[in-house]
Amino acid sequence: MIEIRFHGRGGQGAVTSAEILAQAAIEEGEYATAFPSFGSERRGAPVLAFTRIDKEQIKLRTGIYQPDIVVVLDPTLIESHNVAEGLKKNGLVVINTKKPPEFWKEEIGVNRVCTVKATVIAMQELGVPITNIIMLGALLKAEPLVRPEMIEKRIRERFPHIAEKEVRAFDRAINESRVIQ
Amino acid sequence: MAHRTGIEVSLAIAEAARQAEVEVISAYPITPQTHIVERLAKMVADGDLEADFITVESEHTAMSAAVGASLAGARAFTATSSQGLALMDEIVYLASSLRTPVVMALANRSLSGPISIWNDHSDIMNVRDAGWISIFANNGQEAYDLTLMAYKIAEDHRVLLPVMISFDGFILTHMIEPVCVFDDEEIKGYLPPFNPPYKADPEHPVTFGPVGVPDIYTEAKKQQDFAIRSSISVIKEVFADFEKEFGRKYKPVESYMAEDADVILLSQGSVYETTEIAVDRLRKEGKKVGSAEVRLWRPFPFEDLRKAVANAKVVVVLDRAISFGGQPGPLLGEIRSALYPLEKKPGVIGVTAGLGGRDIMIQDYEKMFEYGYNYLKTGKEPEAVTIVGLRE
Amino acid sequence: MKLSEKPKWQELPLAASIVEPATSLEYKTGDWKTLKPVVDTTKCIRCATCYIFCPEAAYEENEEGYFLPNYDYCKGCGICAVECPAMCIQMVEEEAE
Repeated sequence: MIEIRFHGRGGQGAVTSAEILAQAAIEEGEYATAFPSFGSERRGAPVLAFTRIDKEQIKLRTGIYQPDIVVVLDPTLIESHNVAEGLKKNGLVVINTKKPPEFWKEEIGVNRVCTVKATVIAMQELGVPITNIIMLGALLKAEPLVRPEMIEKRIRERFPHIAEKEVRAFDRAINESRVIQ
Repeated sequence: MAHRTGIEVSLAIAEAARQAEVEVISAYPITPQTHIVERLAKMVADGDLEADFITVESEHTAMSAAVGASLAGARAFTATSSQGLALMDEIVYLASSLRTPVVMALANRSLSGPISIWNDHSDIMNVRDAGWISIFANNGQEAYDLTLMAYKIAEDHRVLLPVMISFDGFILTHMIEPVCVFDDEEIKGYLPPFNPPYKADPEHPVTFGPVGVPDIYTEAKKQQDFAIRSSISVIKEVFADFEKEFGRKYKPVESYMAEDADVILLSQGSVYETTEIAVDRLRKEGKKVGSAEVRLWRPFPFEDLRKAVANAKVVVVLDRAISFGGQPGPLLGEIRSALYPLEKKPGVIGVTAGLGGRDIMIQDYEKMFEYGYNYLKTGKEPEAVTIVGLRE
Repeated sequence: MKLSEKPKWQELPLAASIVEPATSLEYKTGDWKTLKPVVDTTKCIRCATCYIFCPEAAYEENEEGYFLPNYDYCKGCGICAVECPAMCIQMVEEEAE
């Protein structure tokens, strides 16, 4: 079972990231669950969202305390939160940041880091700082959990009006993110 | 053919209500509500569901409108949770005593105070004795299936009682997971049209809810209790037919590795599935443990429970609510009284956990089994109230 | 099944509903009264005020258009006598002299 924890702020779309990833995995025939940290649905407030992916039915329904992967949608969260808390040995951290992965490797003290300038891409492609889909692109570059086409399909179903923009932003994230592992 | 899809459990329940072709939905749209009625409102507005969506000014009225609609001969649906159910309470009793087959989706959440919108079972325990058929769904698939089956049970003329389908608030309501959803064609005809023996029809006037003078009230209550007690055979019949037709099996009492278990952990709701993980772990260590669930809460499945735990040495009952100053868990009290008449019966001890959204970790379940083994060894019961996962 | 027959629980209609309409007609409340209204049709203007105000709907219209109380249902409350604009209704003792 792979456990992924998303750190964001209300309104950035962390919950949507978790959901789209799970739905893509389910469509590929896997078992997956996704859910938010309950009760913090306020714009700007720190938000957690979780995705689990497995080959078998997922019976564990607690929050994720020992993730395999952490995705950080907002770099300011790293100052106030220990985003890598409980991260498994050799776990991966994916960060929306302008700084290089080497910096965060040192700063957070983990081996595997993937960085992407998600807010920059979001402003250029979407015109709003919503980075959820872009972060999925970076995540998939570092860890191919599902085929990118499955995410693109979900984007088209869920955001039909801005699907082309979202898909372009998603593709850019796959191309432009930097990974060290 | 049914298709497997990743869907929020609340939306799967809304889909089931649509496919049940509900005619009246009445609901009050405030916290604690779920996406169930939000989605149904959208379906009605978009013309995807031909139903009246009644927006009301309180949960009390939500249930009143559902009861009224049902008396008028309409298939009625509502959904609520915690404080909403508490406010509805008066009419919850009326729905069952008026024998209206309303179906309610109940997202189990805690009752205030302190103010909490998170999951536990204190809301449903508050209406335990309200005369509704009450069934727990442990995952999204079950919530979807049971919502459909609920109408089949409720509207059967041998039953004619309201049914509440319970599922854990947030833990299921806000969970995206795989659910096999029927295609409309496949499920069409599963439910025959709702055809109550009496309805509020100006051509054939009937008085519903007359005064029950002392000469009548006792007989009316006996009649009501007889109806819910005998509904268990219809419920089993609906479960069996569903299995035959669609392949998914439901039982009044579920169990896992319980046949030869010395210690059984008995619970309700989504945690039952999670207990299986702890059972697997402990079995690997050679411990003979199992788990069970009272899925059918009302009518209480006495015989099924006795069979499921007959061979165990001790049953550890996990309560998700407290009966303050009492049993101390509502489930514990039920299990003890159900097993009491047996000559050879397992020991029954109780623990409480998962109040107001507190996660129950796998280690916590292991701890609960430990209480069972400790009781076997020493005969010592955990004191009331023993809460696993409490800071002390 | 009439509820007055004290049915067993198995015989009681579903949810103790009253499944036959207009059963209140069988329940004659006329013997509740001590005073009964008597209409003097020579003064009556056939305005139907008594008919409208009667809480028991005991007044019935006759062929000539006068409104007269049905003593099977009249409880003798006297509202008609108070409301009658022609003051043609007298409340008199039920028991004959």
